[in-house]
Amino acid sequence: MLMSIAETDIRWLEEPKIGLVEQLYLPAIFAGLQTTVRHMFSPKVTIQYPEEHLPLPPNYRGVHRLNRDEQGRVKCVACYMCATACPAHCIDIVAAASPWPDREKYPETFVIDELRCIYCGMCEEACPVDAIELTSLSDLTGLTREEMMFDKEKLLSVFDQTVAAGTDPVRTSTGKLGTASELPR
Amino acid sequence: MSFNIWYTLITIAVVIAVLLGGGLYLVLLERKVSAWVQDRLGPNRVGMYGLIQPIADAFKLLFKEDVIPGRVDKVLFLAAPAIAVTTAMLAFAVVPFGRTTVPPDETYQFVIAPRVDIGIVFVFAVTSLTVYAILLSGWSSNNKFSFIGGLRSSAQLVSYEIPMGMSILGVVLMTGSLNLERIIENQAESWWNIFFQPLAFLIFMVSAFAECNRLPFDLPEAEQELVGGYHTEYSGLKFVFFYLGEYTHLVTTSFLFVILFFGGWHFPLIAPAGPGGAIVKLIVMSLKVSIFILFYLLIRWTIPRFRFDQLMGLAWKVLIPLALANLVCVMVVKQIGWTPWLLLPISIALLFASAGLTVAPRPSPRTAAHGL
Repeated sequence: MLMSIAETDIRWLEEPKIGLVEQLYLPAIFAGLQTTVRHMFSPKVTIQYPEEHLPLPPNYRGVHRLNRDEQGRVKCVACYMCATACPAHCIDIVAAASPWPDREKYPETFVIDELRCIYCGMCEEACPVDAIELTSLSDLTGLTREEMMFDKEKLLSVFDQTVAAGTDPVRTSTGKLGTASELPR
Repeated sequence: MSFNIWYTLITIAVVIAVLLGGGLYLVLLERKVSAWVQDRLGPNRVGMYGLIQPIADAFKLLFKEDVIPGRVDKVLFLAAPAIAVTTAMLAFAVVPFGRTTVPPDETYQFVIAPRVDIGIVFVFAVTSLTVYAILLSGWSSNNKFSFIGGLRSSAQLVSYEIPMGMSILGVVLMTGSLNLERIIENQAESWWNIFFQPLAFLIFMVSAFAECNRLPFDLPEAEQELVGGYHTEYSGLKFVFFYLGEYTHLVTTSFLFVILFFGGWHFPLIAPAGPGGAIVKLIVMSLKVSIFILFYLLIRWTIPRFRFDQLMGLAWKVLIPLALANLVCVMVVKQIGWTPWLLLPISIALLFASAGLTVAPRPSPRTAAHGL
């Protein structure tokens, strides 16, 4: 059964009328050429890596580092919150009794497998003492897989490097432990 | 007629070297110009400004594995790129790239085959042979997409041969000779042919773009449409030959533009007619040709591609009638003996008239539907 369509339901569209000069297509080509030539002489957007680097936002998630406090000790208290939060299970911590009086534990070994890591930043969010942070370094290279499993010394050295370079300011309250440490013992 | 074998051999060697090397560097220029138009820098890592890039490319292509698919027609598969590059280079034999002199003069002629009286016809005849290369490569690749690309390309090339030849007839009539060197000398004595016949130039330019398979007519080799068209199955050196053939065509047609319409080596004050100033004329010619090559490269990124039926419609329904009309006007003017300057307004009037004829009143959709 053929249903006839009501006149009010149809909207008629007209093709725009093309004039004599436009029918030549030459003016349009000429205008196109103007655009092309203008782009030829406008500044280019290429960033010449590695001489130039893309300006990275402050929350950029690159390789991790373990922060030091004011006295140069590792801030991490081996609470395993980052290892638990990590979706890729790439953090491996062995806790030990801390040699310093103001905290109970400290990490004897702290290994992150940078190749398994998905750089999501959950560990940074989970840490109660602001010990682990993601820096803006992302051009890691390594020759072996073992080389890319960063242990505590390596992570602390990333800290020293980035703080010295001034590219990644420490995003925590310097020196003091985080809010979890203020809880009554 | 004495014929100096050493001049000819040296010229051939120099021309082949320049065409091959120039073809390689044209690839780099194309990449750079494409990049600049797209707001980016082209290759600039290999040498300063990427100048060693073509050498790296040539190295890579030479050492690439030469894949010949199993079920191809071996003879034709191998012959096609050879034909492509041979015909492209052969067409350059009669094209003067600098000053040439009349017969009693024995000085160096800047052309491989001097005083060929059928100059233009030779060039067109040889470039028509390129259709073989494309047809053979499309057919022998034993591949649907190559086949369609080959067919489309051969149809396009054959169709655009006709307006290309017919648009030149006006210039040839005005000059009275098919000899390319005579055409330049004629323009050097009076005004450049572009002032007398802009319409012929337009038709010739559009046909030349189609002959070189350049955008906006590059449907046969468009990546988005046909993978690679007729050169899909080719790798390594054979692919280089196709590429070189295309760029040599580009250079040859740019030379033809300059010779036929823009006065060749002539420039009003710097390079006047007469035997002197060979180097200056060479430079003037090279500069003009470079401008046209640049124009080719720019147009590629300006105009969208033609659909195949639009392409064929343009050749048969627009360019051939226009070229015929142009020819008739030139014949009339020449026969009656009017000044050739009359052709300038006649050409422009023809162009507008043809545009006016195609702006037909279109029935509105409302009336069309009610009429059904």
